[in-house]
Amino acid sequence: MAVSDKAKKYWKTNLRYLSILLAIWFLVSYGFGILLKEQLDTIKLGGFKLGFWFAQQGSIIVFVLLIFIYVYLMNRLDKKYGFNE
Amino acid sequence: MNVQTWTYIIVGITFALYIGIAIWSRAGSTKDFYVAGGGVSPLANGLATAADWMSAASFLGMAGIISFTGYDGSVYLMGWTGGYVLLALLLAPYLRKFGKFTVPDFIGDRYYSNLARTVAVICAVIVSFTYVAGQMRGVGLVFSRFLEVEVNAGVLIGMVIVLFYAVLGGMKGITYTQVAQYCVLIFAFMVPAIFISIQMTGNPIPQLGFGADLVGEEISLLDKLDGLSKDLGFSQYTNGSKPKIDVFFITAALMVGTAGLPHVIVRFFTVPKVKDARKSAGYALLFIAILYTTAPAVAVFARTNLIETVSEHPYKEMPDWFSKWEKTGLIEFEDKNEDGKIQYVADKETNELTVDRDIMVLANPEIANLPNWVIALVAAGGLAAALSTAAGLLLVISTSISHDLVKKQLRPNISDKGELVIARLSAVGAVCIAGYFGINPPDFVAATVALAFGLAAASFFPAIVLGIFSKRMNKQGAISGMLVGILLMLFYMTKFKFGWFGGGTENDYFLGISPEGFGTVAMLANFIVAILVSSFYKAPPQDIQELVEEIRIPSGAKDAVSH
Repeated sequence: MAVSDKAKKYWKTNLRYLSILLAIWFLVSYGFGILLKEQLDTIKLGGFKLGFWFAQQGSIIVFVLLIFIYVYLMNRLDKKYGFNE
Repeated sequence: MNVQTWTYIIVGITFALYIGIAIWSRAGSTKDFYVAGGGVSPLANGLATAADWMSAASFLGMAGIISFTGYDGSVYLMGWTGGYVLLALLLAPYLRKFGKFTVPDFIGDRYYSNLARTVAVICAVIVSFTYVAGQMRGVGLVFSRFLEVEVNAGVLIGMVIVLFYAVLGGMKGITYTQVAQYCVLIFAFMVPAIFISIQMTGNPIPQLGFGADLVGEEISLLDKLDGLSKDLGFSQYTNGSKPKIDVFFITAALMVGTAGLPHVIVRFFTVPKVKDARKSAGYALLFIAILYTTAPAVAVFARTNLIETVSEHPYKEMPDWFSKWEKTGLIEFEDKNEDGKIQYVADKETNELTVDRDIMVLANPEIANLPNWVIALVAAGGLAAALSTAAGLLLVISTSISHDLVKKQLRPNISDKGELVIARLSAVGAVCIAGYFGINPPDFVAATVALAFGLAAASFFPAIVLGIFSKRMNKQGAISGMLVGILLMLFYMTKFKFGWFGGGTENDYFLGISPEGFGTVAMLANFIVAILVSSFYKAPPQDIQELVEEIRIPSGAKDAVSH
């Protein structure tokens, strides 16, 4: 594969990862923590109402996981295309 | 030993540590001064970023605000963490690959224009000064309460310390002091939180105690607090009272603002490789999340404790801490119905107690009767948080002047040594201006900071994201976008915060969005204007398009260089 071809494919996969991860990012915070809060609050998670829990705990935990998943995916992708160092 | 002696000892030890690190890590070149030589490990950078990031507002202000606003406080929790996802996915790796010293560097080069660079410098300086004002106020607050010095003297002491290690060590000194400051501040935040969690719920992990049942009672902490709040006429703790649209927009403004803050972005220029930049963003958020998932628990503990201690209790029986904080004017009691008891209720007519929300974290260990050394530790933690952030911001301001203005525009032939002298001098100037803001503070800590985010969201974020993800974006689009974004934000902020342009009240808010959330609107305006305007002008030159392709590929990142 020519370098520019490789770069194009690499970029496309990167954009796909980004859109999936950012969709989750949006869902847990703006979705569960804000827009759907009332509906989720009818469900209890221990002493927490679920919507409230997502707004003050759950979203943050998911954010941390998202970054580490991205790091993992990109390291793998870098290797596949030989862009790793 | 009493609290004051403990505070002198602990604060003294931490200050000695910071100064020791500063002497050990003096900067020898502009590269040391701007990006710590470019050889910081991802873990160390993660720790430093976390300290850089967590300011007086996070440490002192945030739990207090959540404590008083309940669910509404979630905007800070999600907003100040979610931005790291944007940073790690959309900005940090590419900016590291680009490999320059500053954010205006990227804007100036990517948009092949010194005008764009100058606009970016102005944005960086406005954002950083708005933000640094809050830090200095935090330093003053801690000093005045715990060391019983004047607030102003406290600000001056803080200035001297920051001056010492920021001017001497630049980014290198700041990085390693920030690593130490993270350790101090997280320890100081967690120890009282764990103590109180055990006291109230029997669970040593605050994140779990938060949702647990109260010791000796059959009711969960949150249900109890919801009940208490309702009885006193406040809105239910877990529901809040802000309109949904405002919660949405404030969260977005804080997230995007986080990703656009120059003092956070530059931290990612200090690691050796692109993959280190991604990883260190992950570490940074992990370290931040430890505090950010604890803070809402602390807020609930503090709120419940406060209500139970004061509500309907005789004023004469108030514990020691009550009168101490009364002296500083941050707690005020007025016995309106003259029954000698404290009525703490939502109704303004009959409420007799006002508690400044900034003091909740500082007062919390005292309210919970924790040992004196814990109280002193919190003071040291608050100082660590404020100083580390202030130093990071001051560096951005001084770099903007010495590198982006003098070196890149006014005197391109200046020697490295000369540039370093100017960098140090501008750091001194910036500290003095920051000190002025600390002595004449605007509004309370977290609110000023929230506005800095609006400004960062409205100016940098779109310009950088478009610069990476759109090859078509040209200088005309980017410059007009940034100008529209920041002017719109400044207009809205000064209109509603300072009463300029005819002022206005909450009823006049655009779609019900407060100034704190307006950054999102201004950011969207920036994107739209940039894309529209760019389509009327020709695409950027070939070499710029190649530059964009180049930064999208992670391999071959060179050391950060000035040319």
